[in-house]
Parts: sequence; structure tokens; C-alpha cells
Amino acid sequence: MAQHVVCRSDEIPVGGSRRVNVAGRDIAIFNVDGTFAAIANRCPHEGASLCKGRIYGLIRSDEPGQYWVERPGELVRCPWHGWEFDIRTGKSYCDPARTRVKSYDVSVTKGSALQEGPYQIEVYEVSLQDNYVVLTL
Amino acid sequence: MDAVLETDHPAASKAGVVDCDIHPAFSKPGELAAFLPERWKAHVRDFGMPTPNVYVGALAYPRLAHGMRRDSYPPAGGPPASDLSFMQEQLLNPLNIEFGILQPLSTGHGTLNLELGAALCQATNDWQIDKWLSKDARLRGSIVVPQEDAAASVREIERRAPDRRFVQISVTPRSLEPLGRKRYWPIYEAAQHHELPISMHSAAYGARANTGAGWTSFYIEEHFAFSHAAQTNLASMIFEGVFEAFPNLKVILVEGGFAWFAPLIWRMEREWERMQAEVPHLKRRPTDYVRDCVYLTTQPVEEPPVNRHLSDILRWVGTERLLFSTDYPHWDFDHPDHAFKVPLTPQERRAILRDNAVKLFRLA
Repeated sequence: MAQHVVCRSDEIPVGGSRRVNVAGRDIAIFNVDGTFAAIANRCPHEGASLCKGRIYGLIRSDEPGQYWVERPGELVRCPWHGWEFDIRTGKSYCDPARTRVKSYDVSVTKGSALQEGPYQIEVYEVSLQDNYVVLTL
Repeated sequence: MDAVLETDHPAASKAGVVDCDIHPAFSKPGELAAFLPERWKAHVRDFGMPTPNVYVGALAYPRLAHGMRRDSYPPAGGPPASDLSFMQEQLLNPLNIEFGILQPLSTGHGTLNLELGAALCQATNDWQIDKWLSKDARLRGSIVVPQEDAAASVREIERRAPDRRFVQISVTPRSLEPLGRKRYWPIYEAAQHHELPISMHSAAYGARANTGAGWTSFYIEEHFAFSHAAQTNLASMIFEGVFEAFPNLKVILVEGGFAWFAPLIWRMEREWERMQAEVPHLKRRPTDYVRDCVYLTTQPVEEPPVNRHLSDILRWVGTERLLFSTDYPHWDFDHPDHAFKVPLTPQERRAILRDNAVKLFRLA
């Protein structure tokens, strides 16, 4: 298991996404309400880039004229045909048992801690006071 | 975030792809005016462009992502598919598109004022040359015609036919009468004479509602009703005798699906056996006309719940009459590498993605 520093945590705003390439893998990283999640950046349907998808919640309704949004910011909708995935688990909303994209572990680590651990820092000059998004592969 | 998809993936097909359905767009409203004579500019300014279709110029229904691939908005601004350099970067280069055929969704097909329609079609064809065909040698155009005025349509075909960058004639299936009726035959005669296929784009504007029963309530109904229009007009052309009169005419049914094609022809065959006395002007069976004259584009590719069933459908329809299309930049885009989720022989894949279209349009 290698840990890769992929960006500074303030480079992806809340509700934003970023495409990164880690060890040859195309990965989409999302900031869901201040916490980070990462999934493979490729829709299993026809291969679109999921980091270009709209981030949204589930719209629920009991009756006409009444609706509300649940889990805002936790799903991404593929930019082509609208397939929907849970950003945290990579599971399809419609077919969670069979259809999913690979999900990766990400965490946020202080720059000062990165100086000590077994991290692979490929791109960044790490400063002690900033926070970094670290992806485990 | 990267602006462009797929630049780091290998190009879709080594042999190249012919994309038979690309929708070029205006960068801004009024862009076509530069190609209209003063007389018609003034007319549009003072009287508008009334059509029997109340929804022309607007989307009748809210569509997924406004009907567009969400990643297709050019970084330099403007609507999807209005910027050639971004189209090259996002579609033509990474998907290895050897030839891309433009399908402008023109309002000139169905204006109430036929002379205005003819002027709009002529302007749309000039616009294709100016903005697209003269700028990228891979692109090919469609001759847009004011189909309800056959004589004006023939004049437009004659005007464009010497320019080999135009490879087909575009008509809309939402016509005033079924497209097999004789009022449209001069268009087919000119098409056969110039060896230009007729392309019938099912999702186009036109004079009629989106189904034979009237306007649907929802986009989900309209989206597959496109195939109904294709079926109605195919039957009309077969039984009115269009292919008997013009045996070398080619007709392409664009964006209407293809799975329905096989059972429709089976049923026609059976009924022809019983009822052919009603149509003695047909000297051959429906299958014979279809085999020689009819092609279908693939997008939106059929997606049966069990993927392998697509293999049966492809065999029933015939891989020799299928032409790959993306429908770029619309949301229901198909990718050449991923649209067919069944094993195809290299010959079949190449036929659908490239060779059938190269032969039909005489591209190479």
C-alpha cells in the first residue's frame, strides 16, 4: 500500500472535483461537504469522465408539489447518460449490487506529518502548515 | 480540472471511424443571418419564421442536462458543438474520426412560408461550408432542403451536388404527408441521379407533432417516439413504390434506433404475402427493397437488459446496413469503443464503425 499526496486540500472546494492520475490510474477526487472521496474517473457504461459530472443529492417526493433533497452533494451524475454514483462508495444508485466504480481511500494529512511518513510525493513541494489530500493505493 | 476527455487514452479505432451524426451549432443566435439575403433578413425581422411546429427554436421538454453532454461546453464559450477547435479536441481527434457527417437541425424544412424555408436551407448549407467544411477536411455536410417545396428542394440539390463535401440530402420525417407520397418524389429522383443518400433524422423539427397522435406529455415519451416516425415513413416509402421507381436510391434512418427494424420487416413480409394484390405496383418484396436501399445509424444503441441479446438484434438487422453515429454533442452520445457491449468480429466492427459509411458515401 503506497500513499500518494495528490493535492493541497484547499485546491478542491466543497462541492468541487478534480481529476488526478496516480500510478497510471485516472481518478476523480471530490470534496463532499469538507471531506474527500475518490472514485475511478470512468463511467462503467460508456467511459465518460465522472469528474465532469454534476454533483447533486437525491430529490424525494411523497406527492405532487412536495419534494425535498436528501444527501446533498453525495452523488455524481455522469456527464453523458446520467448514470448516478455514490461518491463515497462508488456504487450505482440504481443498481448498487452489480454496478459500481472503484472507490479509493483518501484522507487529509498535515504537511508536517508528511515529512515523516512513507509518502510518495510526486508533484508537490509540501509546506509544513498546509493540509494535503492523500490517496492510498 | 482537465478541459478535455480522453487525450490520454488511445484513439478509439486504429482503422478510423465515420461518425454519421454530428450536430453543429451556432455560436450565437442570429449567426445564420449573415448567410441570408437582405430581403429575407428583413422578412424574418418583420414577420418572424412561423412554422406549424410550435416548438421550433425551443426544447419542447426539459431534457437531461439541457440535452447536451455536460462536458461538451467549449472552454472558450458558446454552446456545445459551436466551436470547431473544441470539437476537434474532444471528438474528432481522440475518437479517430476519419469522416464526420454534419446533421444541422434546420428550421428551413418546415416553415409555413416556403420561399423563406428555401432561403433558410440555402443559408444553412452556405453556413456549413463557411464554418465547418472549409475548416476541417474530415467534415462532410448534409444538403438541407425545403422538402415541402419539391421544386425548390431540387434546385438546392442541383446547386450543392457538384460540391463533393456534401454527401447526403437531409429531410425531416415530421413532414406534411408521409414521405413516400409523390409530392416528394422529385427529391428522390434528384438524390438517385446525384448518388446522394436521403438522410432522415428522426429527432428533427418538422411540420408535425412528435407522434401521430399528437404531442407527448414528457420527453421520455418523445425520445423513443423518434423510432415511430422512422417506421411510418419507411413503410410509406416502401408501399408507395419509391424504391420501385428509384431502385438505386439510398435512405438512412438516423437516430431512430434499429432493434425495431427486423420485426417490422418480418411483419411487412407476411402481410405482403397476403395482401400484395392491393399494391401491384410493387414488383419486389419489402425485404428486397430494404436490402438494397435502407440503412440505419446506431445511436442511441439498443441496450437490452442482457447484453448478449444485442448480438441477435445486430444479426437480424444486418451489420451491413448499420452506420455508427455519436450524436455529438447531445447527452445520449455513443462512444465507438463502448457502445457495442457484445463480441463482434473485427470485420463486423469495422463495417459498422467505418466501411459501410465509406462505401455508401463514397468517401475514400
